[in-house]
Amino acid sequence: MTQHRKIGDVILQAEAISLSFGGVKALSNISLEVREHEILSIIGPNGAGKSSMLNVINGVYHPQQGHVVYRGKARDRMHPHEAARQGIARTFQNIALFKGMSVLDNIMTGRNLKMRANFIQQALYWGRAQREENTQRAYVEKIIDFLEIQHIRKTPVGRLPYGLQKRVELARALAAEPTMLLLDEPMAGMNVEEKQDMCRFVLDVNDEFGTTIVLIEHDMGVVMDISDRIIVLDYGKKIGDGTPDEIRVNPDVIAAYLGGSH
Amino acid sequence: MFYRESGQFKSSYAADSAIFTIAQDRVFIAALLALSFVAVPGLASDYLLSGILIPFLILSLAALGLNILTGYAGQLSLGSAAFMAVGAFATYNFMVRLPGMPLLLALLLGGLCAALVGVAFGLPSLRIKGFYLAVATLAAQFFIEWVFTKFGWFSNYSSSGVISAPAMQIFGYPIDTPASKYLLTLSIVAFMALAAKNMARASIGRAWMAVRDMDVAAEVIGIPMLRTKLLAFAISSFYCGVAGALYAFVLLGTVDAQAFDLHRSFQILFMIIIGGVGSILGSFLGAAFIVLLPICLNLIGQVFHGAISTQFLANLEMMLFGGLIIFFLIVEPHGLARLWQITKEKLRVWPFPH
Repeated sequence: MTQHRKIGDVILQAEAISLSFGGVKALSNISLEVREHEILSIIGPNGAGKSSMLNVINGVYHPQQGHVVYRGKARDRMHPHEAARQGIARTFQNIALFKGMSVLDNIMTGRNLKMRANFIQQALYWGRAQREENTQRAYVEKIIDFLEIQHIRKTPVGRLPYGLQKRVELARALAAEPTMLLLDEPMAGMNVEEKQDMCRFVLDVNDEFGTTIVLIEHDMGVVMDISDRIIVLDYGKKIGDGTPDEIRVNPDVIAAYLGGSH
Repeated sequence: MFYRESGQFKSSYAADSAIFTIAQDRVFIAALLALSFVAVPGLASDYLLSGILIPFLILSLAALGLNILTGYAGQLSLGSAAFMAVGAFATYNFMVRLPGMPLLLALLLGGLCAALVGVAFGLPSLRIKGFYLAVATLAAQFFIEWVFTKFGWFSNYSSSGVISAPAMQIFGYPIDTPASKYLLTLSIVAFMALAAKNMARASIGRAWMAVRDMDVAAEVIGIPMLRTKLLAFAISSFYCGVAGALYAFVLLGTVDAQAFDLHRSFQILFMIIIGGVGSILGSFLGAAFIVLLPICLNLIGQVFHGAISTQFLANLEMMLFGGLIIFFLIVEPHGLARLWQITKEKLRVWPFPH
């Protein structure tokens, strides 16, 4: 086990979430809890509804039934930028960086929420606007140091290799100082070394900033190693919820992964 | 070897995010500004001022406006000329109906009117993107042109729908000579270009580019879509509106709504495609190119006096434009500005191979 901060109370509750697109049921009647400071993994075969679940949590999708309670407040039909305001940040399965911008500018967008200068101050680059640029830049440099990407600061993200792009995306999410971080397949398509680096960063983020992390991952070795708790989805239903050791021996999970009668 | 930054160290974040981080650039731009503010008004002929430099500056400003919307915020617009018309007609009405209104204030208010209209026609951008949005802004183009032609109130019931610039003065100085008009235009354009560059490197510029590059991710990181897009429409239309007012008053003197037709919108769009989408410098390069190309072709026509008909030259201009647009879209989508950037990178080591 990692020796990160003590796992606290439930900060997010999803209650009886159902989501469908036309006739396709993506999620049916899923309830789950996320506790403060924990690393929670969501696993399941392709099309199980893992990414849909993350999209429900940060407001990209609005479920037809059920609701999400975040830090004691129930919310319906919220916009993703409101979720960001409440401290939920995320990365995407397919890298969603701003391709035309440098690494530094990409990470700086993560600080946009902290900036208060209006556009006239920004147009004059005067007073508050200039002060903010410099103080926020200082914070962004801390993130850049933390994720060891100093050498590519000024590089346009489009020119970076895949592994580094994933790391920049994590940096952008971290720049928002989230209380809860949603990672959608942060290690997909990486080689062993890159995966090790990414695991180290995920654990460090959890440890140093106390950030609650919900991640989707297919690499079972990684999932079993770094998770405090695992939730298993299959065909939009929750079939398992527990510690890595409990999940390893759960008969439903074994059936879903190895095949068996549904 | 002449254009290199070796030995120039930055020790603060402010220095690192300056507009011109390299000393050579700072010297160059200072020299350029000194030349254009001090030397040009004294030395240049009236034709050079009114025929080339003033139209170049005004169209640069319009291109800058469109570049904010299309280049930075990624919202395709075919209504730039309509927003120019709003600026021109609004400024005219402020000056005619409120005697004693200072010129600069009238320009500012005219720009604000254009910004309001821009926001109204920007509302569809929250639902539609790309070509569909372009068609929605096309509606603005036709609608606004029609309104100014149809309702006499806007042109103060002049019989032909033409508005004529009243006498202009700033702080008691009359703006009537080509040199004074040039200085007025240059000051406004220089100031607004600086403001655009500042916005582009600050958080609002990053928000625009984020929306342009990946709108879902932008929203997830906390950028409100509604505010960001509408602000882009407002500021872009403000720039176009001021450009339109200058075009009507400083350049032409008298103007009707037909001066701001779809052709003008396309002209401005071509400027940013050729100059560089998403680049402040590109707006100027594109405007220079489009203003200078017909003039150069005319000169060539004079060399071959008689051998080439003027009609053929006019068509040649269209063919060249078409060819160049295709060339830039395929070979260098970031336009002349990117070519300049590549040249600068090459100049760092030239004439040595490494």
